[in-house]
Amino acid sequence: MEVMLALIIATLIGCGVYLTLRARTFPVILGITLLSYGVNLFVFVSGRLSLNQVPVVGMSENASDPLPQALVLTAIVIGFAMTAFLVVLALRGQGEMKSDHVDGGSDGEDG
Amino acid sequence: MEHLIIAPILIPAFAGMLLLLEVRERQRLRRLTGLLATLALIPVALGLWQQAASGDIGVYQLGDWRAPFGIVLVLDRLSALMVLLTAVLALPALIYGSRGDDRRGANFHALFQLQLMGINGAFLTGDLFNLFVFFEVLLIASYGLALHGRGPARVKGGIHYVVLNLIGSALFLVALGLAYGTTGTLNMADFAVKVSELEGNSLDLARLSGLLMWVVFGLKAALFPLYFWLPATYANATAPVAALFAIMTKVGIYAIARVYGLAFSGGALAGLGRDPLWILALITLGLAAVGVLGARRLGELVAYLLVMSVGTLVAGLAWSSPAAFGAMLYYLIHSTLVCGGLFLLADLVSRGRGELADRLEAGPSPVGRGVLGALFFAGAIAVVGLPPLSGFIGKVALMQAVPAPVYWLLLLGGGLIALIGLSRAGSTLFWRATGDGEERSLDGPRLAATVALLATTPALAIWGEPVLEACLAVAGQWAQPGLYIDAVLGAGESAL
Repeated sequence: MEVMLALIIATLIGCGVYLTLRARTFPVILGITLLSYGVNLFVFVSGRLSLNQVPVVGMSENASDPLPQALVLTAIVIGFAMTAFLVVLALRGQGEMKSDHVDGGSDGEDG
Repeated sequence: MEHLIIAPILIPAFAGMLLLLEVRERQRLRRLTGLLATLALIPVALGLWQQAASGDIGVYQLGDWRAPFGIVLVLDRLSALMVLLTAVLALPALIYGSRGDDRRGANFHALFQLQLMGINGAFLTGDLFNLFVFFEVLLIASYGLALHGRGPARVKGGIHYVVLNLIGSALFLVALGLAYGTTGTLNMADFAVKVSELEGNSLDLARLSGLLMWVVFGLKAALFPLYFWLPATYANATAPVAALFAIMTKVGIYAIARVYGLAFSGGALAGLGRDPLWILALITLGLAAVGVLGARRLGELVAYLLVMSVGTLVAGLAWSSPAAFGAMLYYLIHSTLVCGGLFLLADLVSRGRGELADRLEAGPSPVGRGVLGALFFAGAIAVVGLPPLSGFIGKVALMQAVPAPVYWLLLLGGGLIALIGLSRAGSTLFWRATGDGEERSLDGPRLAATVALLATTPALAIWGEPVLEACLAVAGQWAQPGLYIDAVLGAGESAL
């Protein structure tokens, strides 16, 4: 399970970084989203992996750590709001600069 | 008055919420609410400074949850000083903004208050994850403010700013995950104790976490190679927003000082990242000087002066002796207020120059050329560091505390280059003016706000000794992280 999770996080972050480096706003937004998925999983895992454990003391043999779950919830909410803002900003950029290039360049060039 | 600690967060939070509820666009009501809330921050911040100046470290346990487990707000001299500085900067900026700039987009006043809430929260919190949350609060408000008003240049600078900061947030979360995974705590005081006991693999992971945090704070502080977003964003932002943003880079510097002076202060990780910080600060200082010479607009020039001050400050911080830290704090107060004032001045100059705005080309004379010219002259002297204003005292104090030839060379050379850049800008704008501009009279409150910010520099020079002594007292407390740790963990014990 450890290896699988590590691979999933690595794939998400790798794809996220690649897409963030693209020159158009849409791939950049997708990249940021993937990046934040990977990071959220990473924060979640920082409480150690465990199966069938309840985050309440006394409900199961060993309690799992509830704090990373709370942290990741906060991070998801913040990440979601930021992504929504970025989408609006990208749309406004498209409207004002007549191009979805991150530097506002002409439509001819592609990165 | 133990609850006073949370007031700098609650006042702008409530004011911001109230302003969001006011949907009928009654500008006068909005302005009044915003101004009252910002004005109220000044006595609160003074009260907090008085509390902290006695040397006690105030700990406020939110919801009365015990210290290492719940979130704490901590008031030591350093946080009190930063909160006070924010309040002093915010009021003139808001007064300036209330003269019409707030009409150029929706919800200026609400965003301004939420931004203040985020800044004050970041200065007061004693918890690493809470620091992240307050960073996000101040960032999302700053995204709105940076884009306030319209224009393609603003949107373009805005997209870069937002994407960079989102990546910064992602890195910060990774660092926090590592920090929690290795020590099992996010309370800074508790973290400092736990991290000094780590060994082996966990130690390496904690080191990685610390270094990732430096990257994030370096981005916030606009340190080389992460400062390229700053001139585009700040020079294009509306003037009062740019003035308020003068404190934002200092949030990054504060975070470096706090996390590096406290959380990673003990054990094998003491002094983590100090050498690269020193080198990067010097490079920032040098490159910002080039930027000052290359700037084509007054706003851009001031933005590069701000980057230059960041280099100066972080180098003082990386030297990490109490004397250097104290001198750095004096320079920090000076540079924040003067750069804020210069951003406002740049906007005053650009009014009435029509299409040219603040571009450094000969054109119609700015309105009130005499007054603005005199202000520009004073601001330039202060920011370059010539006697008799506060920049000089700050630089002398820094040079005495940091006896490194490279630093002296860059600081003095940078000052000289800034002087050349500013003389060129000033003579183009004020002396080579061709004919008169459109607008005929200067706006009183706008001028007063600018003067108020620039007038802090003679004040800082006249009361140089007491201010410098206060800064050294702050530094003395900062250099003893044990006091902070004992105060926070002691508060948790005594609540049992």
